[in-house]
Amino acid sequence: MTVNAAAAHHLQLTRDGQLRHFLTLDGLGRALLTDILDTADSFIEVGERSIKKVPLLRGRTVANLFFEPSTRTRSTFELAAKRLSADVLNLDINTSATSKGESLSDTLLNLEAMASDMFVVRHAQSGAAHFIAESVTPGVAIINAGDGRHAHPTQAMLDMLTIRQNKGTFEGLKVAIVGDILHSRVARSQIRALNELGAEQVRVIAPGTLLPRDVESLGCTVEYDMAKGMKDLDVVIMLRLQKERMEGALLPSEREFYRLYGLSQEKLALAHPECIVMHPGPINRGVEIESAVADGPQSVILSQVTNGIAIRMAVMSMAMGGQVAERQQKRSTLKGDQS
Amino acid sequence: MSVLLEVGQLMDKLETGLQHLLAERNIEAPLVIGIRTGGVWVADILGRRLGIEEPFGELDISFYRDDFSRIGLNPKVTPSNLPFDTEGRDIILVDDVIMSGRTIRAAMNELFDYGRPASIILAALVDLDARELPIRPDVAGQSLTLKAGQRLKLRGPDPLRLEYQETEQ
Repeated sequence: MTVNAAAAHHLQLTRDGQLRHFLTLDGLGRALLTDILDTADSFIEVGERSIKKVPLLRGRTVANLFFEPSTRTRSTFELAAKRLSADVLNLDINTSATSKGESLSDTLLNLEAMASDMFVVRHAQSGAAHFIAESVTPGVAIINAGDGRHAHPTQAMLDMLTIRQNKGTFEGLKVAIVGDILHSRVARSQIRALNELGAEQVRVIAPGTLLPRDVESLGCTVEYDMAKGMKDLDVVIMLRLQKERMEGALLPSEREFYRLYGLSQEKLALAHPECIVMHPGPINRGVEIESAVADGPQSVILSQVTNGIAIRMAVMSMAMGGQVAERQQKRSTLKGDQS
Repeated sequence: MSVLLEVGQLMDKLETGLQHLLAERNIEAPLVIGIRTGGVWVADILGRRLGIEEPFGELDISFYRDDFSRIGLNPKVTPSNLPFDTEGRDIILVDDVIMSGRTIRAAMNELFDYGRPASIILAALVDLDARELPIRPDVAGQSLTLKAGQRLKLRGPDPLRLEYQETEQ
């Protein structure tokens, strides 16, 4: 375990190994990742009932702090919290406090004064969720909903759930992540999860300009030629071309990118016939993926969205559970000391 | 303290008791739902003994427990499985050992999220006299009082056997 992974481990887990924050997949072992997937399976069943709600977070308040715009992630976190019976505050910070000059710490202090039990944080700065987890009042759980180029752990876990649903296991799977790896916090979390869960091969397929330096050190092989990279694939994950994060000329043109790295029916035909197609959304049709593929029989893009609700319910209830259990332990230790 | 009967005998008593109750209430086609884990084993046997053709349901109450705020989430939760529509149906809810009544409260809360049943009959292999809530079984194989610190646990599924456990006090 690297120093960073060890630090993340201590911050995210209670002494007896329960989740208390969910910031990154670094430092989380296969057993815990599998527990998250198993718990999410049970929440999928809840989503099929006539009343899709359980009382786990009744009486607790979840604040969605989105410093960066997001539709899908924010709304699935909101729905997840509501299905756990929590009260939900949605704060679009772009348009409120910070523009009036309030600092992040002051915003947080105010939200804690409103008795929030959990913050779901999306921020353009890598490490924002960590920073908040280190400074927040004990007992408040922090969930990372994407920080800069660093991590997007709930997205990676909902992708793992989708893969397990379709393939049954990670053993022996060949998985490729295609496109803008450089700007993608999703790719980093996915590579980490796939390696931890035992996938046989993780490939990244991208032009050199859209790959981070030393990408192999994340635990993957690199392929610049998509036709070669598609061979024998069981899972292909397309990434969105993050036009808003592009600085300088990293790409010749969108049309050129599509010709080389877009997922067309012809390119998909090079993979294993049962290869599934995934995309974290929102999709740019005709830029990274052909419409016929996105809507085709091998696409599982919409079940990723449904699975996102279940994964977020799992992570939120597990982290809240870790926080309350830890508080209870401290309380009984304190009592023990007094007697 | 009375002597604990064999599981087979308890099952006989449960079956006879339920047959009487179903006849008395004119219930012809009940559904059987067991609470994980022990209750599911008992529900499986009971369903067959009562000649119920529909498959039995399995309830995992982890998301409805009232001790979440003390111990957090059960890490080994598995999906509940009710392979039928419960709306308007008569249900036999089955657990292995009833103690405080808290499990049954959680199970009934969960059941109502699937629909509104016509009625619920509560059946337990053993009824321990240690209630903390105003809930009691309609039918039980045996009622029993345990010594302080003692627990009763059903092991199974094949064969089913009841075991005493000593807990720390």
